[in-house]
Amino acid sequence: MNGTTQNGKALPPEWQRDAQSRLEHGERILATFEPDLDQRLFFARGLVLLTDRRVLAADEDGRPGAGALRWQAWPLGPDTTLKAQEYGGAGVLELVGPEGRLGHWRFTAGRGPEAQRMLQQFALLRASQDGAPPPVDSVCPSCGAPISPEDGRCLACSPEPTTPSVSGLLRLFRFTRPHARLIVFGFLLTFASTTASLIPIYLTQPLLDKVLIPHQNEKPADFGLVPWYLSGMVGAALLAWLLDWGRVYTLARASERVSADLRSKTYAHLQRLSLEFFGGKRTGDLMARISNDSDRLCNFLSINLVDFATDILMIVMTATILLTMDPLLAAAALCPFPVIAWMVYRVRGRLLRGYRQAGVAWSAMTSVLADTIPGIRVVKAFAQEQREIERFDHSNDRVFYANDRLNRVWAVFSPTVTLMTTSGLLIVWSFACWRAFHHPVTVGVLTVVIAYITRFYSRIESMIRMASATQRAAASAQRIFEILDRVPSVPEPVRPVAPGRLQGSIDLRAVRFKYGVREVLHGLDLKIEPGEMIGIVGPTGAGKSTLINLICRFYDVAVGAILVDSTDIRSFPVEEYRKNIGIVLQDPFLFYGTIAENIAYGRPGATREQVVAAARAARAHEFILRLPNGYDSLVGERGQSLSGGERQRISIARALLTDPRILILDEATSSIDTETERKIQAALENLVKDRTTLAIAHRLSTLRRADRLVVLERGLIVEIGSHDELLRANGTYARLHRAQMEVMQGHAI
Amino acid sequence: MRSESGPNGRDTGPGFTLHHDAWGRLVLTDVSGREHAGVEPVRAFPLSSPRHGVSVCDAEGRELFWIDDLDDLPVSVRKVLEDELTRREFVPVLRRVLSVTAVEPSEWRVETDRGPTRFLLKSEDDVCPLDDHRALVTDANGIRYLIPDLRELDATSRRLLERFL
Repeated sequence: MNGTTQNGKALPPEWQRDAQSRLEHGERILATFEPDLDQRLFFARGLVLLTDRRVLAADEDGRPGAGALRWQAWPLGPDTTLKAQEYGGAGVLELVGPEGRLGHWRFTAGRGPEAQRMLQQFALLRASQDGAPPPVDSVCPSCGAPISPEDGRCLACSPEPTTPSVSGLLRLFRFTRPHARLIVFGFLLTFASTTASLIPIYLTQPLLDKVLIPHQNEKPADFGLVPWYLSGMVGAALLAWLLDWGRVYTLARASERVSADLRSKTYAHLQRLSLEFFGGKRTGDLMARISNDSDRLCNFLSINLVDFATDILMIVMTATILLTMDPLLAAAALCPFPVIAWMVYRVRGRLLRGYRQAGVAWSAMTSVLADTIPGIRVVKAFAQEQREIERFDHSNDRVFYANDRLNRVWAVFSPTVTLMTTSGLLIVWSFACWRAFHHPVTVGVLTVVIAYITRFYSRIESMIRMASATQRAAASAQRIFEILDRVPSVPEPVRPVAPGRLQGSIDLRAVRFKYGVREVLHGLDLKIEPGEMIGIVGPTGAGKSTLINLICRFYDVAVGAILVDSTDIRSFPVEEYRKNIGIVLQDPFLFYGTIAENIAYGRPGATREQVVAAARAARAHEFILRLPNGYDSLVGERGQSLSGGERQRISIARALLTDPRILILDEATSSIDTETERKIQAALENLVKDRTTLAIAHRLSTLRRADRLVVLERGLIVEIGSHDELLRANGTYARLHRAQMEVMQGHAI
Repeated sequence: MRSESGPNGRDTGPGFTLHHDAWGRLVLTDVSGREHAGVEPVRAFPLSSPRHGVSVCDAEGRELFWIDDLDDLPVSVRKVLEDELTRREFVPVLRRVLSVTAVEPSEWRVETDRGPTRFLLKSEDDVCPLDDHRALVTDANGIRYLIPDLRELDATSRRLLERFL
């Protein structure tokens, strides 16, 4: 015995000796649990040990760090049990004997999995005493390694995602690589056009020094050179114009391509993320990220970045020319440059934070739109227009203030830079005058140097204005990469097993699931034969929809496994697995498109005959014919409005056409009147034939055809059996059934 | 009771006859000699495939017969059906768009195969591009106008339509 328990969790080292000394001869530690709260819910350390014969507990007795532990021990009698409950972030582990509670330990939600492990060990211990088979552990379907409940995925074969340390903008280079040729070409053009635009100034010097100044000083001047210089200038200007044209177009095209790639990549990634991600994100926020932020990036790449590159080139080239012409003068001119660089550096962080905040505010505003426009009926029904206007105004104000703050920083910064550049020019002038006084310097050189320096500083100024655009783009890039860096919580298997066409047997083994800290399924075991129809019944919040979500693999189980055709569903490629599943939801969603397209949504290659056949089987054919454009009528948002029953029948036809092996009906008929329900029932009968069907329904009459009914209550299966059996058993189902019959009779009267 | 006239339907006939009665209603007589007055032929895919999938419904909208392909029918029946379908369908073909006002709802002046007309369009969503260069315009009253080929319109019409497509 070395202080390590069977499940590998070590004792805290400073308590190890003490703990070992408490153990009896041959006693084995099965599980260790460290509660981190005391009875008053203050943070404190503690220790609970489960051994093969006792439960031992220690705490620091209100004197943390003293090293003295107060120990207690309880022998495990046949009626002693361990229980754990969690609520609102804190939990309690209880040891209960036949006469009452023996001991209890409180812990924060973070220790929950550890507590669950101790309960599992306890269950194993009990099982081994009773001679029952041990429950199934969750193992990775790809490599066989155990999966710990807290991460729900195999750490052995899917490595932790690494968050890249490079800032968002630099990571854009990944997207520029496919268009490298275009971009390099664009930069060559930039170089050429910048060079060409510098030539005219360069030609000023000989024009002044060789022609104009000698002439002014009444020396012989060669005016024959003037046309040459002038035409050189014109030629260079024309060349610069032509090259600039090519440059702007090439680079704008390249950046448009890059941001289009970025958009579609982000959207494609978004589609692959699991429902868990969408549950935690607001629609408007996601929309803003994909549309607004990528547009900002495009603007940045196509306008600012190109300018930036030109500016840098221009600055480097003018600096070089200056240095070759008059190094001292050039050095003087560059004096204010470090100060400006320092200022830019200082203001950068503030701008980035500001733009990020503005982005968040913008997202919040889009969220309000995405929230209220689809929900406009509710808004109007409750006459809450004014409140919605206020809500929008409120978030609009936030956008305003975020931008206002930015503007304040910017408003100070921008004129300061201008001041710096002006003072730079003043330095140059005074230095130049001083030098002209002491050393002979030609007016031509002086003019050219001043011309270049003016240009140099105007470039610096425009480059600094870029700081703002850069930070805005960096904020946008961060927001987009936040999506791209998200790893789907329903991971693709490393060594996938092709599901092909499944038989449709489903085997749930000790399935547990939690949303955050709240466990909603507490260990379900259920075997479903191929072709069986199972009705799932239970009060709201019993975990019915969660069960369905797990079978569809919208989420992965926390503990346990779901086997379909005796293979863990986590070893199927997600998409291929879902091809075997058809779902009819309570409120079916129709996409914008024709009815035929909507029916063929799950099977885009379906022929017209197949579509019509599916619609007939779903009892949708005749009402479709009555629409002005028949199967070519547009439905969905902006399209023809259909009633709930009609939409439901289209969604049934949709499910029929994919011919799924496993069919899921999630409250498919609950929003529909009984007359329509009868039609839909007939449609459903066509649908459930020869398929494994799981149907959730509140209206129990819908489940008449089910082979077995599974009654869920508070995350546990409480009853399984046929309608008649369950009525005879007089349990939860019978109670629900009676309640519904009373309501129905109430309606009849 | 549904007749799936297969690929061989041309020879055997559709299993029913059609004629107009004294009130102008279309009367269908099925194989058993039963008469259904006031039947209506309906195209299931009027836009994507008008010649395939025609349903003959009774006055209550229940389907009596399904015709896979109009061209499989004997000429006499087909003639009656086609006449009836043309009479039921009012979908003028847009030949030229003369003017469209700038603000929504926009007023359109057009020339169609049934003469010149003007109509109101509620929103730009009511111009719906279909596959292979066709487009359907639905006016404020629900009247549909078909553009069989956008490429064949004159330059002015195309320019006016541009902002809707």
